[in-house]
Amino acid sequence: MTFWLLLTVNSVTFGGLLFLLSAGFSLIFGLMRIPNLTHGSMFMVGAYLGSTFLGGALGFTLDFWAAAIISALEVAVLGALMERLLLRRLAGQQLAQVLVTLGVSFMVADLCLMGWGGDPISVSTPAGLGGFVRVGLAVFPLYRMAVIGIAVVFAIALWLMLERTRLGAMIRAGVDDPQMARVVGIRVSRLFTIVFGLGAGLAGFAGMIGAPILSVYPGLDQDMLPLALVVVILGGTGSLLGSFLGSIVVGFIYNFGQALLPELAYFVLFLPMVLVLVLRPQGLFGGRLL
Amino acid sequence: MTGRRIAIVVAIIGLVIVPYVITEVYYVNIASQILLYAIFALGLNVLVGYAGLVSLGHAGLFGVASYAVAYLLAAGFGHAVAIPAAIGIGLLATAVFAALALRASGISFIMITLALGEIIWGLAYRWISVTHGDNGINVTTRPAPFGLPLSSARGFYDATLIIFLLAVASSAIFVRSPLGAALCGTRDQPRRMNALGFHVWMIRFMAFMFSGLLTSISGILFVYYNEFISPQALALTASAEGLLMVISGGAGTLLGPVVGAALVVIVKNVVSGLRFTVLSPMGFADLVKFVLNGLFQHWNFLLGAIFVAIVVFMPEGLVPGSVRLARAAWRTANRSKSARPAAAAPPAPVAEQKR
Amino acid sequence: MTALAVQNLCKSFGGLRVTTNVNLAVEPGERRLIIGPNGAGKTTLFNLITGEIAPDSGAVLLFDREITRLATRKRAHLGMARTYQIITLFARDTILHNATLALLGLSTLRWNPLVALHRQQHLTAQARAALERVGLHDIADRPLAETSYGEKRRVEIAMALAQNPKVLLLDEPFAGLSIDERRDVRELLRRIPRDVTVVMIEHDMDTALDLADRITLLHFGEVVVEGTRAEVVADPRTREVYLGE
Repeated sequence: MTFWLLLTVNSVTFGGLLFLLSAGFSLIFGLMRIPNLTHGSMFMVGAYLGSTFLGGALGFTLDFWAAAIISALEVAVLGALMERLLLRRLAGQQLAQVLVTLGVSFMVADLCLMGWGGDPISVSTPAGLGGFVRVGLAVFPLYRMAVIGIAVVFAIALWLMLERTRLGAMIRAGVDDPQMARVVGIRVSRLFTIVFGLGAGLAGFAGMIGAPILSVYPGLDQDMLPLALVVVILGGTGSLLGSFLGSIVVGFIYNFGQALLPELAYFVLFLPMVLVLVLRPQGLFGGRLL
Repeated sequence: MTGRRIAIVVAIIGLVIVPYVITEVYYVNIASQILLYAIFALGLNVLVGYAGLVSLGHAGLFGVASYAVAYLLAAGFGHAVAIPAAIGIGLLATAVFAALALRASGISFIMITLALGEIIWGLAYRWISVTHGDNGINVTTRPAPFGLPLSSARGFYDATLIIFLLAVASSAIFVRSPLGAALCGTRDQPRRMNALGFHVWMIRFMAFMFSGLLTSISGILFVYYNEFISPQALALTASAEGLLMVISGGAGTLLGPVVGAALVVIVKNVVSGLRFTVLSPMGFADLVKFVLNGLFQHWNFLLGAIFVAIVVFMPEGLVPGSVRLARAAWRTANRSKSARPAAAAPPAPVAEQKR
Repeated sequence: MTALAVQNLCKSFGGLRVTTNVNLAVEPGERRLIIGPNGAGKTTLFNLITGEIAPDSGAVLLFDREITRLATRKRAHLGMARTYQIITLFARDTILHNATLALLGLSTLRWNPLVALHRQQHLTAQARAALERVGLHDIADRPLAETSYGEKRRVEIAMALAQNPKVLLLDEPFAGLSIDERRDVRELLRRIPRDVTVVMIEHDMDTALDLADRITLLHFGEVVVEGTRAEVVADPRTREVYLGE
């Protein structure tokens, strides 16, 4: 019983992390019509930068949350720069853009290896969240509950941003119909930069938030990117609700798969993605942005 | 035409005498690696270059044949059984890949192939009872067809060269054939091809099968070359490297993938071993050498940078790109003589979006 | 017998009805002109006839054989050929190669992966003959990217004619042409033998009027008027559609 409960909590936690990672991936996909293959790299860079700030490498030590936010901002700048300097030059050539993000992901992976070495870096849970909560007979790690909380807060904040702000309205217009958005006077190119930065920043933040659970290691990018892909394929591109539901579903498939069918864990994970792509290309939960 | 024939003969002679010119085993092995990856790249090029379908899951197909041959050999079967069976299994996997991926084109095709490649990788990594997971499978013997042992570096090179030449020849014949022309047609104007009476899906399927055949053969060679197979050879990175070979050399050309394979293998193996000596109080030249040393150690970074640079600056690839630059230079030099306006077709970018 | 018949054909995209209960009956050898303002659903009708879009309801018949659900490529083998309003050619190849592909589409040779295409003399000769019909044989070996727009239009027609179709669908063959080029294309179309049935879309009424035996006026996806040249021109509804635009 406790085993199942813990597995469920782990699934939801992982789903929350995946949501932070894939919300931006989904928005970028919805708006620019390309899978950003550096998204895993952004996650990893966020985690590496955050762990460095935490370790006080720059002469001063930051608190966990400050480190997470600052690394998220830096990764956001990186993402925006990549959009401006590289993807912009290839506007309209989706295939070339995908290939460029693939190349950049190679470069980032090796840069991280140069900078932080090959050994995994473990990140301790932030102060005050190292304990456990007791519910009846079951005991849950407090930090995992906090991650779920953060994911929910971000989901609501993103939803409000998309539904209530001018920027959100422009993003929605761009996702629905890029041509039309251009016609009504939205500067789509600047929107691309903003969304790319926002998505990258969210991924970087997710990396740091996930670091106490996953730790940071070379290859983390290649582990996370396919998961974001699965989420977005299941949830549909450009859909916040889709990403949310997709993240939870993938969180469950991943954790239960690892626990129950370890030999076929990846098969179980990717098969739904293939089936959805083949049978229902608009995603399981439709394509509308919510 | 005769000039072309002479060039082909010279190239073949050059390739045959490689192990006699560079006798060092290390370099002969590098040459074998280039050839076996060139076969892989030629296979991928059938899809990427001629069908306009970018696969990011080809390392998976490569791996199916690799694991099949390694598993069968480890189970005690002879080479004469393992090799054809592995090709058969590779083709079967290709047919499944094709049936699923050809529901789409463009970005969706990339995503489906990527997911399929990840499935194969996941099975190799986790289906430990069959694949031994990260430990991989060892292969202890290389075959000795017609009494010629492949256990020496030179013997292996010769065998790989023969298969490579067959792969190039079959690609060349295919591309010039009616079916090859039809395939290029489906890349450029699928809709028109359909209206002209061509079965676009079936043409693409056949191209996929041909691609899978070359990919499986290279996968089997890979196992014999390394005498080992592990999930690393199937990872997304491996698929991306294959794509880099095709695109850097020039997708949709015969020579391009071969040049690309040479580039990638050389960067990975040779450049990563290079070191400049850097003097202690650094001058500017020493600083450059220092930076280069750093880059040489990190071939993944270098490969990524080459990839990005080629996609951005020379999207048609090195071979057609160099030809274009050479022609442009030639034309500039002869501008006064040439009467015909230089209204050459714009280079068709490899990565242009197909609908 | 009709060469091409369309019966109660309907198609909507989302909530928008682009083809509503369209009926056509084209006699063998007839020249039928389909006119209508922008957005009348002319090209959609062609796409429905060739099967590039599946209709919601209704039927398409080719020489009394129902082909409504038949794959587009199979319709080509039954003798249906079309051109595109937006040039849809193989830009990397020569004019000759474009024409050769049209011939290859109907030949069993298209599945052959072993022989060299450029050595198939009979195919090349046929392709050159097809180009001669449209006056492009002199520049047959020129890359398509180096040809003019008017020449590309003629390649479009040459490719369709090369297939020796029984029913030829021309989607705005005069679009974007100069006056001289129009004259050439008109002459070209006039020379098409009468065993070929021709259905032609035009946006303007006047451009191809003299080529047509009968005219169908399409407006908002519906047939408004159909009849002989004189009948349609004289019909007040025609004037209404074109003046009310």
